[in-house]
Amino acid sequence: MATLVFVEHHGSELQKGSLGVLSKAATLGDGDVAAVLVGAGVRSLAAEAATYGAAKVYVADDASLDPPLPQTRVDVLAKVVRDGGYDTVLFANSVLAADIAAGLAARLDAGLNWDLIDLVQQDGKLVGKRPALQDSVLVDVGWRSEPRLALFRAGSFDAAPTGGGAPQVEDVAVELEEHSRGAKVVDQQLEESSGPSIEDADVIVAGGRGLGSPDKFTLAEELARSLGGAVGATRAVVDAGWYPYPAQIGQTGKTVSPKLYVALGISGAIQHKVGMQSSNVIVAINKDGNAPIFEFSDLGVVGDLHEIVPKLIELLNQRKGV
Amino acid sequence: MKIAVCVKHVPEGSARLDAGSKRLDRSGEGALNHFDANAVEEALRLKGDSDTEVVVVSMGPEKAADSLRKALAMGADRAVLVSDDALAGSDLVATSRVLAKALEREGPDLVLFGQQASDGDGAVLWAAVAERLRRPVVSQAAELSVDGSTVHVKRQTEFGYDVIETALPAVVAVSDAINEPRYPSLKGIMGAKKKPSETVSLADLGIDAGDAGEAGSKTEVLALGSPPARADARKIEDDGNAAQVIVDFLVEKRLV
Repeated sequence: MATLVFVEHHGSELQKGSLGVLSKAATLGDGDVAAVLVGAGVRSLAAEAATYGAAKVYVADDASLDPPLPQTRVDVLAKVVRDGGYDTVLFANSVLAADIAAGLAARLDAGLNWDLIDLVQQDGKLVGKRPALQDSVLVDVGWRSEPRLALFRAGSFDAAPTGGGAPQVEDVAVELEEHSRGAKVVDQQLEESSGPSIEDADVIVAGGRGLGSPDKFTLAEELARSLGGAVGATRAVVDAGWYPYPAQIGQTGKTVSPKLYVALGISGAIQHKVGMQSSNVIVAINKDGNAPIFEFSDLGVVGDLHEIVPKLIELLNQRKGV
Repeated sequence: MKIAVCVKHVPEGSARLDAGSKRLDRSGEGALNHFDANAVEEALRLKGDSDTEVVVVSMGPEKAADSLRKALAMGADRAVLVSDDALAGSDLVATSRVLAKALEREGPDLVLFGQQASDGDGAVLWAAVAERLRRPVVSQAAELSVDGSTVHVKRQTEFGYDVIETALPAVVAVSDAINEPRYPSLKGIMGAKKKPSETVSLADLGIDAGDAGEAGSKTEVLALGSPPARADARKIEDDGNAAQVIVDFLVEKRLV
């Protein structure tokens, strides 16, 4: 098995999700695992990728690859897969990676299985595990030809350094296809969050519409403080202007997998669920007993959060002796 | 300008997988995938009062004509349904091949998609179709405008927004935050029946049956199982003591 992992970066930071996939690939067996980095100034990130299990790192480093667009990356990956003879190509899901994976599937006429949470060797065959229909079914999926392409839910694997040595770095010279040069990024509005990053927080307290009004986010903030965590928000409240976008968790926001996720007044729509369902422990408070969030909570509390949360903060602070 | 909107007919209510074929059971009632309604709405908004033609294109069983009729009732001008028994079981590779052929036949300036299918949770088809059409693609469009032959897109990402420009012809997938789809008016519903609508087969598109459906697919479903349940999940009603129950739970889980 020769596996290639697309490692995504934002600025000078390798994305935790793709490092998790790289760590997973390194445990899959006997074969070679390589990573591919695409962008401008990415060569300096190759050594870090190697510590997560890549024996070889392909680097496509060029100013034309700086904008985070999928089609230029399809060109790079298609070349690396063909020239390097890779039979398996893995991606951690993101807005960018999903488009790259699907574009590559069409370019190579290769099978793509997405939304996977695991990949295993079963009777000498590679099998993907995919939850479907709001996670009510776990589907085993396979590939009928090579290369096999797989896109994993973010947070499926922990990024674990393997302590690998200096990688073999190979430069990739790329000629871009005409249609890949069509889209131009003319402006970027990056929203940097303040306070603890929700992607790295062990505890997240997230608020939804059920908080009732924007000023009630102080409840979420106070509870987060008592638990030593960060504050998250649903798309509905971010769209409504109650809380800033960097805190948004869900399909069009961050994907998180903290040790504890406390959902306040969140219904648990699929858009939100995909961003937090891999949390270790989920506690939900919602006054609607039929809210979908209760279907995937470890502790669900049907009640008025405006009564429960202040008491909870008081009890937690008492414990801490504050 | 000509805009093609790709739409999907999805099972209504709670979908189920057929244990025999391991495919989604599509025998029941269906409806227009609600994420695709955002794409139809955006096409109609771009059209406005101009002479732009909005064509809705779908691949699916004959019943998918219902969803196309809904799009026509919203205001689309014409519908094309690709339907063929040999299409059953198509994966991404096969579906993108067939849709790209149907779109090539139309030659639109702009192709629009919704952000995902509500049944299979698929959210990648546009990128594969764009690759086959060899056109630029932009997804997660939260704002979209067309100025002459240039498309401007405000694209939502995990990190904020990218403002992207590309020349037509292009493929754009819109986010469901882009608009609120209109409801068809009674006049629209009545008028939809008179709008041009055609059904084409694989042969009409010049596609070999072996390149579509299960035969033309590169992935397969091997088995259906039960997901690992959250062990010991519980749900309580607040009787005034819920805060204490939560603290006890967090202590038990060693989270405080």
